[in-house]
Amino acid sequence: MNRLYGPLDDVAGDAGHVEHPPRVGFFTDTSVCIGCKACEVACKEWNAVPEDGLDLLGMSFDNTGMLGADSWRHVAFVEQARVTGRQDPGFAGLPTGPSGIPETAGAVEARLEAAPRGGSELGTEPLPPGRPEPQALGMPGFDRPGDLTGAEGRTDFRWLMASDVCKHCTHAGCLDVCPTGALFRTEFGTVVVQQDICNGCGYCVSGCPYGVIDRRQHDGRANKCTLCYDRIGDGLEPACAKACPTDSIQFGELDELRERADRRLAQLHDLGVGEARLYGRDPDDGVGGDGAFFLLLDEPEVYGLPPDPHVPTRDAPAMWKRAGQAAAAFLLAGVAAFVAGGRR
Amino acid sequence: MTGPEPAELPSDAGGGAARSAEMFQGIRRRRGGRHGGRRGGGEPTVVPEAEFRSYYGRPVLKAPVWEWKIAAYLFCGGLAAGSSVVAAGADLTGRPALRRSSRLGSLGALLASLYFLVSDLGRPERFHHMLRVLKPTSPMSVGTWILSAFGAGAGAAAVDELVPRRWRRTWPARLLRRLARPLGLSAAATAPGVASYTAVLLSHTAVPGWNEVRDELPFVFVGSAAASGGGFGMLCAPVAEAGPARAFAAVGAAGEIVASRVMEHRLGLVGEVYREGHVARLWHASEALTAAGLAGTLLVAHRSRVGAAASGLALLAGSALQRFGVFEAGVASTKDPKYVVVPQRERLDARGSRP
Ligand code: SF4
Ligand code: SF4
Repeated sequence: MNRLYGPLDDVAGDAGHVEHPPRVGFFTDTSVCIGCKACEVACKEWNAVPEDGLDLLGMSFDNTGMLGADSWRHVAFVEQARVTGRQDPGFAGLPTGPSGIPETAGAVEARLEAAPRGGSELGTEPLPPGRPEPQALGMPGFDRPGDLTGAEGRTDFRWLMASDVCKHCTHAGCLDVCPTGALFRTEFGTVVVQQDICNGCGYCVSGCPYGVIDRRQHDGRANKCTLCYDRIGDGLEPACAKACPTDSIQFGELDELRERADRRLAQLHDLGVGEARLYGRDPDDGVGGDGAFFLLLDEPEVYGLPPDPHVPTRDAPAMWKRAGQAAAAFLLAGVAAFVAGGRR
Repeated sequence: MTGPEPAELPSDAGGGAARSAEMFQGIRRRRGGRHGGRRGGGEPTVVPEAEFRSYYGRPVLKAPVWEWKIAAYLFCGGLAAGSSVVAAGADLTGRPALRRSSRLGSLGALLASLYFLVSDLGRPERFHHMLRVLKPTSPMSVGTWILSAFGAGAGAAAVDELVPRRWRRTWPARLLRRLARPLGLSAAATAPGVASYTAVLLSHTAVPGWNEVRDELPFVFVGSAAASGGGFGMLCAPVAEAGPARAFAAVGAAGEIVASRVMEHRLGLVGEVYREGHVARLWHASEALTAAGLAGTLLVAHRSRVGAAASGLALLAGSALQRFGVFEAGVASTKDPKYVVVPQRERLDARGSRP
């Protein structure tokens, strides 16, 4: 059953590519991300991805919100009252208080709830404007942050940033369910939409366990990261990896990236950053491992990622079996009704 | 960079430090609780709000881009399948009025379902791209081919009913008449596929409200299809001919009620989306209508034409609301990250791994 689920050594070969280059992907090391969003910008530029709505969301510095049809890289910002490893944020002697207040989260929550798609339209469309009432965020303030709360009110602080992207899954939910063949597996083992084939049925949107792919408004077709299929075919690295100034986004052969990630993880653990973990690296996970995987500093759900996703295709044989039983019951009921009713 | 050792070394983000960290990372959202504090009956739930962490309360999944048309499609597809079985049975057992109305009903429902399917596409003019491939991993692809096979038979059988009297003697009409029975039978043979594949279509997604009902949904949907197909026969055909339609409808309605009860009871956290708010109202109305239709079918439909028609209508309405309820429940389950994060986190914790 490995072709529907579980580890798969040669994804491109499994898809029918006879002679093909090695599988490539991304290793996104979020521990060095500085939140510059160069990847978001480079991707939009290179791929001519349209605007997804200009907005101030109240999610720290994140005003993109989510991956979507018009956002193929998304940088998440998470503010936390704790430190990373043994780092000293240097706030102990400074008049610096908490970096965020509950109201910031409260401000965006109301808008998410009011949105037609619960906020999952972010990355594709803007949220509907307005909120129930204006929220005071304490800005502009004339005191130094923390001056008013006193030393007791000061907290530790760290800022997590992570550039999210399509995972180019080994078993891709979007690809499996696509009824037109528009989504296909490239010779590099990546997952790409053929825009001339896609008829906008929207099945992939619900098939993706990561909430990545979406249908573009006014265009009607599904869109997502292509892992710069045009660039890698010419031996260039994808635009986001090229633009990333800290090498948080690393492009390369997947096997090599996995080794590199393991080394980086060991290094961070040695430095006392025990919370570092790899996400999507394991070929035994629910999607057979991600082609684009991550080093995270907190649980995946904190970054908006599903903690333990699986490809729906895993259960396809069982689902069809149940459907077959139900179909048989249906036919039997029909035949029995007429046999019992007799001829007229 | 290395300052004084923090008092508590946060070796694991799941530990106390992160758990007690404040709201501004969206640790838990109260969303579900707002409209979800009460059950249908009105008494407040005692289930405590699930604790989980999220990214500012933002959904993890994309809400389906499908509109209400897909729910309408599910209903029409089921009706077409149910009617075609009734039509074929009526044809074989000499019930012309039941045969005629069911064949026409089947074609009408099929055309409506095709309209709903195609108009919900982002690029409707490219609907034929579905016919480029046959992909076993895509229930929509498999369903397209099942529907095509079904449509040919159901369509031809219905067209035979529509041939005007003065053309009856022409050779194409005579050929069609001869083919109508085998084609109608072929439609009835593929109808179980049409009635059941839509359950796999919904369950074969990451949508928690659809994926987690995968064991029961096919039975709910075929029950609903039989109830609507039989109900349509009761509505259109005279009482004397509609006996088998009543039997089919009754079995279907009973199956639909039992299967949906089992499904709702077995569901864990995500069962909330079936039990709360708008979906709960659809679900209750559907069950009430189906139960009323079932009672009417068993008690009055064999002696009263009006009673039969009313029972048939109740079954049709119950079946339609059932589809809308399931559809909306799935959509609701994608809008709150709770239904993704909590079950997955529990699974991971049970396995003892924390990525
Ligand atoms: S299933 Fe989602 S994450 Fe995986 S390849 Fe498809 S769009 Fe990307
Ligand atoms: S690989 Fe290309 S398309 Fe994908 S995120 Fe990076 S820049 Fe964007």
